[in-house]
Amino acid sequence: MTASVRGEPTFVGMPPFPEAAHAELANEVQRANLRAATHTIRARRDEVVAELPDWELLRRAGEAIKDDVLARLPGHLERLEVAVRAAGGVVHWARDAAEANAIVVAIARAKGVDEVVKVKSMVTEEIELNNALAAAGIHAWETDLAQLIVQLGQDLPSHILVPAIHRNRAEIREIFVREMGGVGRPAPEHLTDAPGALATAARRHLREKFLRAKVAVSGGNFAIADTGTVCVVESEGNGRMCLTLPETLITVLGVEKLLPTWGDLEVFLQLLPRSSTGERMNPYTSMWTGVTPGDGPQDFHLILLDNGRSDVLADPVGRQALRCIRCSACLNVCPVYERTGGHAYGSVYPGPIGAILTPQLRGIAAHRVDAQTASLPFASSLCGACFDACPVRIDIPEVLVHLRTQVVDGGRGPHDRAEEVGMAAVRWTFEKPWRIGFAQHVAGVGARFARHGVIGRVPLPKRFTGPVGAWFADRDAPAPPAESFRSWYKRTDGGLEE
Amino acid sequence: MRLALFVTCFNDTLFPETGKSVVRVLRRLGHEVEFPYGQVCCGQMHFNSGYRKDAVPLVRSFVDAFEGYDAVVVPSGSCTAMVREYHASVAREAGGSLPAGVARVAPKVYEFSEFLVDVLGITDVGAYFPHSVAYHPTCHSLRLLRVGDRPTRLLRAVRGLTLVDLPRADECCGFGGTFAVKNVDTSVAMGDDKVSAALESGAQVLCAGDNSCLTHIGGLMSRHHAGIRVLHLADILACTEALPDVPPYAPAPDRAGFAAGQAPGPEVAR
Repeated sequence: MTASVRGEPTFVGMPPFPEAAHAELANEVQRANLRAATHTIRARRDEVVAELPDWELLRRAGEAIKDDVLARLPGHLERLEVAVRAAGGVVHWARDAAEANAIVVAIARAKGVDEVVKVKSMVTEEIELNNALAAAGIHAWETDLAQLIVQLGQDLPSHILVPAIHRNRAEIREIFVREMGGVGRPAPEHLTDAPGALATAARRHLREKFLRAKVAVSGGNFAIADTGTVCVVESEGNGRMCLTLPETLITVLGVEKLLPTWGDLEVFLQLLPRSSTGERMNPYTSMWTGVTPGDGPQDFHLILLDNGRSDVLADPVGRQALRCIRCSACLNVCPVYERTGGHAYGSVYPGPIGAILTPQLRGIAAHRVDAQTASLPFASSLCGACFDACPVRIDIPEVLVHLRTQVVDGGRGPHDRAEEVGMAAVRWTFEKPWRIGFAQHVAGVGARFARHGVIGRVPLPKRFTGPVGAWFADRDAPAPPAESFRSWYKRTDGGLEE
Repeated sequence: MRLALFVTCFNDTLFPETGKSVVRVLRRLGHEVEFPYGQVCCGQMHFNSGYRKDAVPLVRSFVDAFEGYDAVVVPSGSCTAMVREYHASVAREAGGSLPAGVARVAPKVYEFSEFLVDVLGITDVGAYFPHSVAYHPTCHSLRLLRVGDRPTRLLRAVRGLTLVDLPRADECCGFGGTFAVKNVDTSVAMGDDKVSAALESGAQVLCAGDNSCLTHIGGLMSRHHAGIRVLHLADILACTEALPDVPPYAPAPDRAGFAAGQAPGPEVAR
């Protein structure tokens, strides 16, 4: 059986954002899928958020609670560890992905299993757990419907909440028909692409895995330091199956997922469903505290994962990204994400939050990063829609600009000599008013090249003409005027002598 | 009230008509506006592109140029936002006397519609513009400055003007400063959707408070021969029955009507 365990695709080696986006933008089926899906979720979210007169106060509360957690993280973590142990759980600490994966593999091996069922979790995607398990000959079965679609399709997730958001139901039907039989119960004959039929096919396919599995792996939405309780919020009930049926449960948890007290859940269980699925309340909220004799898994392991989070915490501006509760509201309102989709970001964390989280988790505060990582903070028009939608008030544009400064001024990205010279030249020109006056005069001369007040195509390929070529590839521009405003003002005394 | 105009480097160089329009509107309302020649640029492009160190001398020159005025009027939402929201953070890192200077000057800086509505308390500026107009709330006006309905209140008070709804108005046009060239494909994809929305609105003119965004949107309209043009809010508010057309600084366009700063004359618009 070992030989047949199939690894999964990885984001490693993806090109920088502009290049990846160029390819994604050409996929018009995906464009249409994303447009429909993001607009639907957006409208639903707006509707349920508008119902709450204290929404802004809830956001402030969420921000304050998370900031408190981050300010006193070590103490909270130790309290959590004590509480989980007291309730019969085992707590492991993992500095990075390799350590976390090794712990999961070791536990699964000790149980003698060659398969585990999984609750959809971002953190296990982040550490590429499925590939680590595959390398150890252990199948990891994804049980969330969208994650199942991604896994069966040998695809990559493109959204935090709805990993198969880029697929429509006709594509999903094809994946089910083609792939299900290879890894379990095949899709029924004459499967249609009706949502009910697809859900039934998935349910039947997964049922045998739920009933057979001895070990489950989950992430966690929240963990309560006071009580040692872990909380998973989901919509399909697959999580509930994984969290209750198997004998052994392994939960991987990013260290920032802590909440100090049970009472803090009141805030987050209002913020999260409304921001993510646009629901007042999510269908399934599972909570467990260690082990309960005779009820649910009798062996519970909690793996507390750092994987770069301590470095993020050390950055006074960037650390607010650790407030994120993975609701994906920022993706759903992002005009860039809506058009490029999630794959262009080259990370399990796409969209605005991915653009600030991925570079930080990859260590941009400490060392030089690769060109793909360095391109992410620039993958935004800084329109600010993400900040408005964020339930924990992460000022994503502020962090984007901060990370751009790390890439450029901090020298953490590839050196763009031409741009640096250009920017310095503009700064030099802008430092003294006479210099801008001179530059405007030169620009006025440039106007002679315009036809009828418009500058059109530049007959040179983009790669030779840099930003100018990039502008004129698809856009015209008005010709510079013969006289700048400051010249006019001087000549006419502000129009009085015109 | 000692009043200064920060025309912005972009308008100064490429859209002088918009600066002239601000002067005309304010003069019509009985206010003379000074143009401090020491002014250059707010530093937004450098700041937003990661060249924060290069933004420092520009922030300093801004403070020097506008120190002592009671109010500074800016025909740009994004430049106003740069000054009010981010100059303090640049100054804090630079240290010295700059933070104090920014703290004195920045709060007195107003985007054009804010200045008219909040400072002067006026929504009817006595303008005449007999065309249908859709208003695009640029992102920094909308989400950083929160100018809200100030621009549309000003437009509604213009005689002859029909204000039409812009579908999906709060979506970014895709300009985003250097984003427009660094992520050109995504920028254009967003801009094309904005042009579609403008066409859907049925307006003759797409209006906004930022010529930078309008250059991007208008550049796409021109390339696609879309048959609709862009105009800055100030350029519309400057039009009157006596002067129904902003004097063009460039010859009339031969195609779909992209000549920034130039209002459609009655002979152009139907």
